[in-house]
Amino acid sequence: MNFAVGGRAAFAYTAAHELEAAKPSVVFIHGAGLDHSSFALQSRYFGYHGWNVLALDLPGHGRSEGPPLPTVSAMADWVIAVLDHLKIEKAVLVGHSMGSLIALDAAARHPRRVEKIALIAVAYPMKVTAPFLEAAQRNDFSAFDMHTVWGHAAQVPLGSNPNPGMWMHGDNLARLRRLAPGVLHSDLKASNDFVFSGTVQCPVLFVLGKRDVMTPPRAAQALLEKLSNSKVEIAELSGHGLMSEAPDATLDALAAFLGR
Amino acid sequence: MAGPKYPGFDTLALHAGQSPDPATGSRAVPIYQTTSYVFRDTEHAASLFNMERAGHVYSRISNPTVAVLEERVAALEGGVGAIATASGQAALHLAVATLMGAGSHIVASGSLYGGSHNLLAYTLKRFGIDTTFVVPKPENFRKAIRDNTRLLFGETLGNPGLDVLDIPAVSAIAHEAKLPLLVDATFTTPYLMKPFDLGADLLYHSATKFLGGHGTAIGGVLVDSGRFDWEASGKFETLTAPYSGFHNMDFEEESGTRAFLLRARREGLRDFGACMAPMTAFQILQGIETLHLRMPRHVENTRKVVAFLSSNPHVEKVIYPELPGHPDHALAKKLLPLGCGAVFSFEIKGGRAAGKRFIESLRVFSHLANVGDAKSLVIHPATTTHYRMSDEDLKKAGITAGTVRLSVGLEDAQDLVDDLDRSLKVSQK
Repeated sequence: MNFAVGGRAAFAYTAAHELEAAKPSVVFIHGAGLDHSSFALQSRYFGYHGWNVLALDLPGHGRSEGPPLPTVSAMADWVIAVLDHLKIEKAVLVGHSMGSLIALDAAARHPRRVEKIALIAVAYPMKVTAPFLEAAQRNDFSAFDMHTVWGHAAQVPLGSNPNPGMWMHGDNLARLRRLAPGVLHSDLKASNDFVFSGTVQCPVLFVLGKRDVMTPPRAAQALLEKLSNSKVEIAELSGHGLMSEAPDATLDALAAFLGR
Repeated sequence: MAGPKYPGFDTLALHAGQSPDPATGSRAVPIYQTTSYVFRDTEHAASLFNMERAGHVYSRISNPTVAVLEERVAALEGGVGAIATASGQAALHLAVATLMGAGSHIVASGSLYGGSHNLLAYTLKRFGIDTTFVVPKPENFRKAIRDNTRLLFGETLGNPGLDVLDIPAVSAIAHEAKLPLLVDATFTTPYLMKPFDLGADLLYHSATKFLGGHGTAIGGVLVDSGRFDWEASGKFETLTAPYSGFHNMDFEEESGTRAFLLRARREGLRDFGACMAPMTAFQILQGIETLHLRMPRHVENTRKVVAFLSSNPHVEKVIYPELPGHPDHALAKKLLPLGCGAVFSFEIKGGRAAGKRFIESLRVFSHLANVGDAKSLVIHPATTTHYRMSDEDLKKAGITAGTVRLSVGLEDAQDLVDDLDRSLKVSQK
């Protein structure tokens, strides 16, 4: 679905369905440098199971016009602006990595608009290593390599892909290659600089990968303790790329959490 | 945190795409000789059919053994994924059929395998897809592009003259015209060249050849780099417009970098059905596990054979890009630093009759229609692989009545040289 927010072109994948006022809505928010297709399987599932689906391309990503927004809060406000534009009063927000921080911030600052949040591969604080940030700032290809290698379990290149015939490292690199210069750095800096000072009352689901080296489960512990209305699902064999490394476990966790 | 490191080529050749079998612990790739897969329940079945969950439904669309091969070749090539097909020809057809329909046009190198030439020149023409064949120099591709062109196509090493395709230059021309470049990388394999790193967008292999490497199985693999932006091009409705054959799916919108392979699998394998059998995938995987050991030896033996033939008085000309006299010698040094493969041609003195005597005298080289076997092979293109081509097209492809093509295997190089030496002497009697 193509639309405009703040005068800039924006895109959300809707699983080829029109939005219907009677349906509940779920918004998928991708991670740094990626786009709506990160959630290809999961978003399609909900689109065919009674939900309005909006798998967003954040500004400067995928089909949404740039520039990228510089802070997590600005991106959270943009998500709410999308809901305003589409006349969606309340939605479940599902975020991956940087997207999980966006969902968290939106839930804290716009509690009446957010029904539940699912935080996939979340850590707080989400500190990004200096070499990664610096490489991204230089638009050096090594930043894409770091994103790809650390963004998946170490076993990924030596094993099979749940999605037959696909090569996860190659797909990740191909998506990053489509980014405009500076976008990855903007995202990483936004994640690194994000400070969460509010509270969240709505139900929260953590979906974490035991083999995640970028946001390992222990890095979510402080946030988990802060959010009382929360539950955790751990995918034993997954790294940071839960939607592709453990697509069924991720979908099952989301389906159980979203209910209906 | 240590710096990012990808597994090396040799490791990927052995491990990519396969985890030890979760059911049995089998270290070797199991041969899943099954047509279909039991669903957990009706909801699971519906989700698999509608692409809401990953997994296997029916082995024409995907199969666990075949998927290992697909992922391994994608890993070795640096692609987003791959589709294994019944043959290399099926891979070429799948690529074309996924990208275009009647009324479209292809610009192709004139130096192609005879089967590919036939498909493009005659068969696809019957279905409304026209091809212009060019001498594979970059500017010739540019000049032949029309408004309805949808693909540029060539072989990494042209067949049989071993023209080296200038992939960086041809891909730049393609991209300027918002078109993808497809290459047949059969002769080079990912060990000798990575076409995606040079600018190609799509590639395929006749896996029958060096990937399988032992002359035991027919197969093809089509790989997508994921780098071509179909939406930005605006020329590929099959990937960017709703497809009524699959719930109005817009493949590019659905999956971005995976759009081409998604349509190729969900339409091409589903409807044309040229899938690979699991046993075939297993055999080709066995070959790939030693690709990094075989290719250097293929090249080493080839260099010895080329050196022998180049100084033989009964040989008119040797066509191998590593020789200074080859027109693409400089380009080969740049694009193929590890070697120019193990298939090459030479012209024997005495024309067709001498060629016939030569081939029939060989004892180690086998006279047959294949290349890329561990065993050394020989063929006479004008009467076999390229026999359907007109004299004019043969000339364009650099073939004469005396052209002999060798595929140098892994035998003792001196035995190969001795076999050639003796047969060349016989040929001149």
